[in-house]
Amino acid sequence: MSKFLEVTNLNVTFPTEDGDVHASNEVTYSVGLGETLAIVGESGSGKSVSNLAVMGLHNPARTKITGSAILNLPEGPVDLISASTETVRRLRGKAMSMIFQDPMSALHPFFSIGDQIAEAWHLYNKGSKQDGIKKAIEMLELVGIPDPSSRVHDFPHQFSGGMRQRAMIAMALVNNPSLLIADEPTTALDVTVQSQILSLLKDLQRELNMAIILITHDLGVVAEVADRICVMYGGRIVEDGTVDDIFYRPEHPYTLGLLNSVPRISSGESHRLRAIPGQPPSLISLPSGCAFQPRCEYSSKVSSGACNTSVPSLSDKGSGHLSRCHLDTVDLNNLVKDKA
Amino acid sequence: MTDNILELRNLTKFFPAKEGGIFSKVKGEVRAVDGVNITVARGETVGLVGESGCGKTTVGRTVMKLYEPTSGEIIFDGEDITHFSRKEMKHVRSKMQMIFQDPFSSLNPRHTVGSIISSSYTIHGIDPEGGVEHAVRELLQLVGLNPEHINRFPHEFSGGQRQRIGIARALALKPKLIVADEPVSALDVSIQAQVVNLLDDLQKEFGLSFLFVAHDLSIVQHISDRVVVMYLGKVMEMAPTRELFENPRHPYTKALLSAVPVADPKIGRSRERIILQGDLPSPVNPPSGCVFNTRCWKAQDICKVSVPATIQIAPQQTVACHFPE
Repeated sequence: MSKFLEVTNLNVTFPTEDGDVHASNEVTYSVGLGETLAIVGESGSGKSVSNLAVMGLHNPARTKITGSAILNLPEGPVDLISASTETVRRLRGKAMSMIFQDPMSALHPFFSIGDQIAEAWHLYNKGSKQDGIKKAIEMLELVGIPDPSSRVHDFPHQFSGGMRQRAMIAMALVNNPSLLIADEPTTALDVTVQSQILSLLKDLQRELNMAIILITHDLGVVAEVADRICVMYGGRIVEDGTVDDIFYRPEHPYTLGLLNSVPRISSGESHRLRAIPGQPPSLISLPSGCAFQPRCEYSSKVSSGACNTSVPSLSDKGSGHLSRCHLDTVDLNNLVKDKA
Repeated sequence: MTDNILELRNLTKFFPAKEGGIFSKVKGEVRAVDGVNITVARGETVGLVGESGCGKTTVGRTVMKLYEPTSGEIIFDGEDITHFSRKEMKHVRSKMQMIFQDPFSSLNPRHTVGSIISSSYTIHGIDPEGGVEHAVRELLQLVGLNPEHINRFPHEFSGGQRQRIGIARALALKPKLIVADEPVSALDVSIQAQVVNLLDDLQKEFGLSFLFVAHDLSIVQHISDRVVVMYLGKVMEMAPTRELFENPRHPYTKALLSAVPVADPKIGRSRERIILQGDLPSPVNPPSGCVFNTRCWKAQDICKVSVPATIQIAPQQTVACHFPE
């Protein structure tokens, strides 16, 4: 059965004076209805860029995009990469929508919250101005804004950070999209508000049977909401698996390093954090071979020296758990054991 | 000499809340910090946590006397510095330094790394042993940067490296106390761990005391000996790290801890979560009685009228609540 969104071999390149920035390389992932896919990575790993390409939000004059992103709509599949700008525009906000990290800059400061939600509704629905506002009130109620019939006339600056994020979710969902891309939706929020927003997204997903792509750097958030996880590094997906695969059976040294460098509240004794040495690579001059090789503590253990010369392929380590590493599972597990 | 490097007694800091344009008038006050008692022992790391707007940064800045306290006392290294003038503060500041959150805006883009770090020496008229350049090179080495990069500018460094420059600058005068205001929250996860480890090492090497202001509870738990939880300008709970995380007594601490996403799916699925309703009330017009009563699930009538006293609930644990857990 095909998933709702299938992204295959997506490459996004920005030509600059200093050379081409390879922001996203051979990125392949898919997400089904009712499923949450988390894309995890540090800044500059290509997680946002790939999804902006899916939404058709890159400037075509300054971006080279190849590959495909098939949206399996009831009326037939559409390839978002090769489709015309007009076709993608008609899908945006209806079949798929996006919420952003900073709700203050994503909302227009001159228009009331209600007008902005109604505008999105009017794009795809016939109705009077009152109908639009009525719909906006309904949406605000859905996302848990208290007293929505009076708050609908408020301006963004009158809302708190958490309420703005709720308003943005309301706006994104006003046309019942089947796919919601959430780019760091809770990064700007406090933890108590973050847990409100995450549980809201979960409830709405259950209610509306949406596919959600959650882009984040926070492994804690991922552990709580995701079904599947793609870990990105240097513009490539380095590991792809279920939540339990990634957290309990990580296959890629980068994922391992990432998990080790997060202090855990649950662990009793505090010990020294195992940091990953070095810096993330520049996307203009990616290392030849594996992008993680300069920071990888196991690369010297690969006898052929393949880490320096060839990009490892994304290979299946069992039941759909993919990893992009020259080491095989047995060798890696032995090395990890030796370290500990 | 006391055992405490820093003691805050009933510290308050109110900001005037203004309304209108040029002819603005003061409409009230923002009670950013409202009667806070905190001590930091020598060689100790005290974590100060809370949500945005709870006053944790203001505490840090008032300790540095970047803000003039409204009332209360700041005792630093046995000296009451509450009413010190700028001039008098100069010699105190060589013993207390600050590390800032944003490594991009806290370094002057027009100065080289060498001149950023050595300005500490020029300002205080100190001539370090072996010359300024030698001292700066040693500092760069100490924080894990290449001493050859002394003539580079901040934009040539990554975020984590810039934070290291900020740390080197803070260490130049061999301070006793470092106020670190969200020192790792602007950094990527893998880089955060590097900087946290560096701070750990430096503390061991120089016997530094830290007032570590942060919102990330997992980092605070890792680095702190004791933790202070603030909410709307007031201290809700203060306890040794272990007690606080294993046995939180204040409902707010409990809610805060349960809201932190855990990077472990099994624990995340099984644990009980407390989701607080609503947002932080405005500090201009804080709720009467206990400031947390509007969001607290245990609130009773008394919470709305009387401010709970801070009580000693365990040898080193204090809590300000009418109905502690």
